[in-house]
Amino acid sequence: MFGDISLTKFLFGRLSLEAIPYHEPILVVTFAAVAVGGLAILALITKFKLWGYLWNEWFTSVDHKKIGIMYIILAIVMLLRGFADAIMMRIQQAIAFNGNEGYLNPHHYDQIFTAHGVIMIFFVAMPFVTGFMNYVVPLQIGARDVSFPFLNNFSFWMTTAGAVIIMMSLFVGEFARTGWLAYPPLSGADYSPGVGVDYYIWGLQVAGVGTTLSGINLIATIVKMRAPGMTFMKMPVFTWTSLCTNILIVATFPILTATLGLLSLDRYVGTNFFTNDLGGNPMMYVNLIWIWGHPEVYILVLPAFGIFSEVVATFCGKRLFGYTSMVYATCVIMILSYLVWLHHFFTMGSGASVNAFFGITTMIISIPTGAKMFNWLFTMYRGRIRYELPMLWTIGFMITFVIGGMTGVMLAIPPADFVLHNSLFLIAHFHNVIIGGVLFGLMAGVVYWWPKAFGYKLDAFWGKMSFWFWQIGFFVAFMPLYVLGLMGVTRRVSQFEDPSLQIWFIIAAFGAGLIAIGIASFVIQLVVSFLKRDQLRCDSGDPWNGRTLEWSTSSPPPDYNFAFTPVVHDHDGWYDMKNRGYERPTEGFRAIHMPKNTGTGIILSGISIVLAFALIWYIWWLAAVSFIAIIAVSIAHTFNYDRDFFIPAETVTATEDARTTLLAERT
Amino acid sequence: MSATQVQNTDEKPVFYLKEEHHPENSTMLGFWLYLMSDCLIFAVLFATHGVLGRSYAAGPSPADLFDLNLVAINTAMLLLSSITYGFAMLQMERNAKMETLVWLGITGVFGAAFLGLELYEFYHLILEGAGPTRSAFLSSFFTLVGTHGLHVTFGMIWLITLMVQVRRYGLNPENRRRLMCLSMFWHFLDVIWIGVFSFVYLLGVLG
Repeated sequence: MFGDISLTKFLFGRLSLEAIPYHEPILVVTFAAVAVGGLAILALITKFKLWGYLWNEWFTSVDHKKIGIMYIILAIVMLLRGFADAIMMRIQQAIAFNGNEGYLNPHHYDQIFTAHGVIMIFFVAMPFVTGFMNYVVPLQIGARDVSFPFLNNFSFWMTTAGAVIIMMSLFVGEFARTGWLAYPPLSGADYSPGVGVDYYIWGLQVAGVGTTLSGINLIATIVKMRAPGMTFMKMPVFTWTSLCTNILIVATFPILTATLGLLSLDRYVGTNFFTNDLGGNPMMYVNLIWIWGHPEVYILVLPAFGIFSEVVATFCGKRLFGYTSMVYATCVIMILSYLVWLHHFFTMGSGASVNAFFGITTMIISIPTGAKMFNWLFTMYRGRIRYELPMLWTIGFMITFVIGGMTGVMLAIPPADFVLHNSLFLIAHFHNVIIGGVLFGLMAGVVYWWPKAFGYKLDAFWGKMSFWFWQIGFFVAFMPLYVLGLMGVTRRVSQFEDPSLQIWFIIAAFGAGLIAIGIASFVIQLVVSFLKRDQLRCDSGDPWNGRTLEWSTSSPPPDYNFAFTPVVHDHDGWYDMKNRGYERPTEGFRAIHMPKNTGTGIILSGISIVLAFALIWYIWWLAAVSFIAIIAVSIAHTFNYDRDFFIPAETVTATEDARTTLLAERT
Repeated sequence: MSATQVQNTDEKPVFYLKEEHHPENSTMLGFWLYLMSDCLIFAVLFATHGVLGRSYAAGPSPADLFDLNLVAINTAMLLLSSITYGFAMLQMERNAKMETLVWLGITGVFGAAFLGLELYEFYHLILEGAGPTRSAFLSSFFTLVGTHGLHVTFGMIWLITLMVQVRRYGLNPENRRRLMCLSMFWHFLDVIWIGVFSFVYLLGVLG
């Protein structure tokens, strides 16, 4: 009997049937839906014999365009999950009054708000932004791929592995109940003994490997692979913001890795970094995590600023106003983002001088950001504005983001922060800047670059529906939270005593419903556009009269991007080429040197999921085996010296001739 | 606008290269960036040690625990391994495969000696009851030194792999590039160790 138990324990660690949450009806229904949906998708792929295609053309691909698209698909899938969490919280808070406990118990509710934050930041915003940088940057700088194509594929799969680990927690065990940054001592072994925090740690660690490597890759790409003539001050603004974002990634994600590493040592080994006793210091964790966490919000918003800059210049038919100041503002924001982390915990008790320093640095950030805002406005001034979808999102952003920025400056005042700290005012503020800044930017990016990636525009009607429901829904959902925050309501509360608050929560829930329609419209937009793709087709390559090099290629671009490496004379390189009599080359093509596809990335990511699962459930033998397997596969990969091939000149010629014919038909 | 109009007013501008374009190789830059990101992990551990390094929790302090003679020998092992790696690189420049392998092998021996002494020290400390769970000071000590040790272990695995590859495929451009990367990694660990030796051991014992 005893031997039996210890064998089970050896084989399965702390994993048992109890870990399956079959007593939670919501989770059972979700699981059923996911299982049915997932099986249907798998069946369809099998029926249409798409496995080989997916494996050869997508999963093992080292093409930055395909990897970029896969990143964005991951982000959209996870957006649906993260939004499901959001709407569950809104409904719970709208009904949990007057003794009504709502439909989510605190145990479940706490997991939902943690999962919502983690998923939206790490698995929606991050892959979305990384996807755009992957897709667009090499095209904008006239390169054929990124510096390290295999590493790029590996990074994507590690990010996906992190998402899979987080999703597993929904159906096997539980997720963290700590809030999205898992402050100790709550997240320590004493107060969170279950697997929730371990899912959190390993999900983020695995995804963090991908993020850091992708940051290194994109910096090297931007620094080393720009087309001849493209000096730093002739780079498109999106490439500039991507460069700054990736510098921030490389300079901050290791801090997250190390900090979570220390937390896991506390949990697994019993060290005393962040414990209450034996000399530990929980505030050390809070400092470290925000030294990563504050730059993180700029990692997300800088590329969005880049997208808006491209969109404004293109749809106003003008050069961007103040290109140089835009570049310097981006760099200044990048540096300042390191000097403000303490404003996340003015209430720590670090004293008036320290708080004043961090309050002032925080307010200073609004100067370069304001400069950017005026640059966009002055670009629009006397421009010939076309109110296409990307421009709508941009204008929506400018209005929304300014409000969010102003409430941010309010929170930067330490005495005010002592009142507003941890309240719904804060929640309203950061949703105001993340939805109004990052998400609107990403939506603008989707409608702006979709024709480049797929050769047809997105449907305008459903796009406008999505925009207006998002825009109005945002204000209806979050303005009440400002009010509630000023009245002193704190965040992360699942039930309320004071009935006078309820009306505000009902309004907020209604707003979340409007946003749901916005998201549904977005999905419908994708489907409708796909069905109507022949009417919406614009495969000539330059549907918006664009200004940067990505619009000089066909849509979608060929595998090699550019048959001949472009030479750049201006930061609006393509606009300059069009203006000064560029003629597209039609002969003299050569064989092009390209990297080969490889399955190593997806294999390593698969084993990493197993390793993380084993560590979460204390299945030590499996952890050891999978760790050794990761090392072995990595070493085996380095024994493959045959990593590239040539696209023959005939293939290039055939591809380019097809485009020549197409362009002739179009004119 | 004015800037673009000034240049190339007469001749037709060149908008693309007819010949093959080879962007610069990015490996060295990429590896430098990786090393800097790794350096940040150590920065966090040093900062943590700076904050928690005096939190003895009524337990032993560095002066009670550290045997500076042992650490000095250990440091010498690692520094010597860096010198011998340098010799290996010089032989690589001379295109001498066997000599390169011999110096790499000697580097590996010094590295193994370093790791052996470190494990001996850890074992000794844990036996004395001064393990990583005893106090915040010991937690941060074991983590900082242990993370460095893990890096050296990883470097050793890499070194052995590369020795096999050089033996089998010779000093081809890929292997030269990899040897260069490992060289940077190895010297980087040396630099980190000098920080550990100074700030953790020497300053620790000074109290």
